[in-house]
Amino acid sequence: MESLTFRHTTKTPLAGAKPLAITGVVASGNLEVLLERVLPPNACEVAVETPIGGYGDVWEAVVADFVARAQPGGLRISINDGGARPDTVSLRLLQGARLMEG
Amino acid sequence: MPDVTDPQTLSWYEASARQRVANLLDAGTFEEFVGPAERAMSPHLPLFDLPRAFDDGIVVGRGTLGGKSVLAAAQEGRFMGGAFGEIHGAKLVGLLRAALDVKPAAVLILFDTGGVRLQEANAGETAIAETMRAITDARAAGISVIGLIGGRAGCFGGGGLIAGTCSRLAVSESGRISVSGPEVIETNKGAEEFDSRDRALVWRTMGGKHRRLTGSADAYCEDTVAAFRQAAIDLIETAPRFDLAMLEAEQGRLEARLHRFGACRDATEIWAQLGINDPDAVPAMTDAAFQEIAAGVTEASHDAR
Amino acid sequence: MANWRSERTARDARIEAGRAHAEGKVVPAASVVDLLEAVLKPGDRVCLEGDNQKQADCLARGLAACDPAKVLDLHMVQSGIVLPEHLDVFETGIAKRLDYSYSGPQGGRIAKMLYGGQIELGAVHTYLELFARYFVDLTPHVALIAGVSADRDGNLYTGPNTEDTPTVVEATAFKNGVVIAQVNELVERVPRVDIPGDRVDFVVEADKPFYVEPLFTRDPAAMTETQILMAMMAIKGIYAEYAIRRLNHGIGFGTAAIELLLPTYGERLGLKGQIATHWALNPHPTLIPAIESGWVKQVHCFGSEVGMDRYIRERPDIFFTGADGSLRSNRAFCQTAGLYACDLFIGSTLQIDLMGNSSTVTTNRVAGFGGAPNMGSDPHGRRHPSDTWMKAGREAGGTGDPALRRGRKLVVQLVETFGDKLVPTFVEKLDALELARKTGLELAPVMVYADDVTHVVTEEGIANLLLCRDADDREQAIRGVAGYTEVGRGRDRAKVDELRGRGIIRRPEDLGIEPLDADRSLLAAKSIKDLVHWSGGLYEPPARFRNW
Repeated sequence: MESLTFRHTTKTPLAGAKPLAITGVVASGNLEVLLERVLPPNACEVAVETPIGGYGDVWEAVVADFVARAQPGGLRISINDGGARPDTVSLRLLQGARLMEG
Repeated sequence: MPDVTDPQTLSWYEASARQRVANLLDAGTFEEFVGPAERAMSPHLPLFDLPRAFDDGIVVGRGTLGGKSVLAAAQEGRFMGGAFGEIHGAKLVGLLRAALDVKPAAVLILFDTGGVRLQEANAGETAIAETMRAITDARAAGISVIGLIGGRAGCFGGGGLIAGTCSRLAVSESGRISVSGPEVIETNKGAEEFDSRDRALVWRTMGGKHRRLTGSADAYCEDTVAAFRQAAIDLIETAPRFDLAMLEAEQGRLEARLHRFGACRDATEIWAQLGINDPDAVPAMTDAAFQEIAAGVTEASHDAR
Repeated sequence: MANWRSERTARDARIEAGRAHAEGKVVPAASVVDLLEAVLKPGDRVCLEGDNQKQADCLARGLAACDPAKVLDLHMVQSGIVLPEHLDVFETGIAKRLDYSYSGPQGGRIAKMLYGGQIELGAVHTYLELFARYFVDLTPHVALIAGVSADRDGNLYTGPNTEDTPTVVEATAFKNGVVIAQVNELVERVPRVDIPGDRVDFVVEADKPFYVEPLFTRDPAAMTETQILMAMMAIKGIYAEYAIRRLNHGIGFGTAAIELLLPTYGERLGLKGQIATHWALNPHPTLIPAIESGWVKQVHCFGSEVGMDRYIRERPDIFFTGADGSLRSNRAFCQTAGLYACDLFIGSTLQIDLMGNSSTVTTNRVAGFGGAPNMGSDPHGRRHPSDTWMKAGREAGGTGDPALRRGRKLVVQLVETFGDKLVPTFVEKLDALELARKTGLELAPVMVYADDVTHVVTEEGIANLLLCRDADDREQAIRGVAGYTEVGRGRDRAKVDELRGRGIIRRPEDLGIEPLDADRSLLAAKSIKDLVHWSGGLYEPPARFRNW
């Protein structure tokens, strides 16, 4: 298993007040994303556990694009990956952010 | 995907464990115990370089169903085939034991499991035994335990054993209940005995329609969360008491079933003996047409178990 | 004096030798090896009917069981290398040389045998190309074909999977060749005559019905949100924009998702009757909801599909059917239809390079081409206009009198940026080049050439290559939809922004599509069972696709 952590500063906090959300499931080609509103409003941390090593730069790019797009300030995001493709990761992150806004 | 969608159309088969439980119970009443934020994850899977799930593949908690207080556990069939590991099993056992103190109207188990997780087999097997013990304790205390089966992993291995100890079971067409899975039977007995790739054979032997016709399941639902909700509400009402007379009746029922159908080579022969005119038509039948037929089969309804 | 009848004399001698094992034209299955050993001569060109779907498997087993001392050095000219026996004959020396089109399930083994030198390869063809050569320089001496039933005169009913049979028989029977047909049963009278009896020399009663592969069944239960998103983009960004009525679909999950979104998402966009009305397509089960919802006017088929026969029989307004009621398919005609009469081909591939060349060949699998390169090419012989074709032609630009500028066929690659096991679809260099180098092929096996591709659709967006004006535009347009692959991450961001400004790259949001709306609830059918319900119980899926 490979553990990766990415820390970002956001311009704004994520809208909404929901403290917690989870989406997706750990299955082949899928992942689960746990989102917790526990950080300062301009901070975002994404921690990944993945069984497929060697894709750190891809994860970094996917997370950076997500942060730029969703501005998920205040969130600690934890990912259990089942070998998902980058587009699935992006989709789950955006789904998670939408749940937290709801 | 939001957890709460329209339960009238939400497919049970397609839904996640979280979606099932949230939409099964009265809206907004589900309260999870040992939720994902507590990160109660498998201590064993990392040894095998396998990913873990924050809830170890099972969601447990309480809520109300038709206004009555219930406890509920939902297995996630897509995470390791919904298989029992140490944490997964402990959450279910703990929930069932808590029932003795909380005294809910029922405990609902939303099965979706291939059995025991190979990577933590000892803990998983222990959990199966403890779960069956906890179910009998709960039932002896007058609390019904209702199993709901219609997920993609079905209800196999130890899950099939546990299902056998429940007060009542509801199943949909896609739901399968058995102990040995199709591949296991084929591996041990050969493809001539059971061809696991013949999916029509698999379903007519283990699928929801067959289990309903023989009375192994007490209700048959169309594949929506709403249908399972209604079945659960009805089954709580009709759950049998748990005493020696009931157990003897159950033993008698199973002996009679073996005696009557033991020589049959295929489920369709059993259906024919049950008085169904065109057994070959059963698999393709719509849910509504099947419900009508099942209602006319006396073996399907009984007070045993 | 010249002998103008030597081939005819040789043919008569072969038939005479074969008659020793027949009663009239009829040969029992047990005598297949004797028949073949009597009829075949060393070095013969033989077409052992292996189609995309239907297999002359009884005859294939018979050929593989022949004595390599009697039957040897054959030159196999057949469209599909599908059964193990198709390659076994090369291991025993019965066959030596091969010209073919498609080798899906045997792709791994054929690659090994090519590397090992056990097969002398002529070429990997497209279907139409191989069929064409049957009439020019690859005419079979003997054709071994498959049908459903025959009468004692050899009149043949091919059933819904007619596929390649008429083409193979035409080339063989009318040029001094011998035609041997295996049938599932001998009957007094065939339901319809697909091949007249005077073109069939021997009829073998097969030991079991011929094998048909359910190649075109895609289970909606396995469709992902990403495939649904791509289908939404294709419908809104391409089908609607170009008003595509006449089309062909590949066999992937992406195109199956498009079929399942027509009655839902397409309906919501008000596109019914405007798009996807006339098809050159196998009878895809996933097309059933669109047919039942009144989207589809007609479908001509290359072959049939397992389980679709009863449904097709009950929908003669949609499908081509015979007087007996069953489907009449024909691969050569349908390929021609796909090439000349369709305005769009959309399909998937395994690798795309920076210019847009694509291939399904990897270094250890040679899957062949099948029909995709014919459908997925711009036919320079086309002369009839259509709004779609003309619009695409205008986008491609050009100079001079507009009346002298031809239109363009839309050739769309619908691919996810990563395939199974995180293998990138976008690459700097195709594996096909490496394969060509290793096996000494003059031409790398390219599925669709860059100059034929007009659009690339991925989950990241649509690249419209028609609008690209130079090589840099083109490379960055492809990189700009290549997602997080190395090719994608190697993009020039400023250039990609510029291309987006010019409408060459379009993101989901540029098309008014919210990726989070790409949900399985949009699928008109979510399971095979749903397809059965849509068909009113007429679709009978094969056992392996059932969960009831």
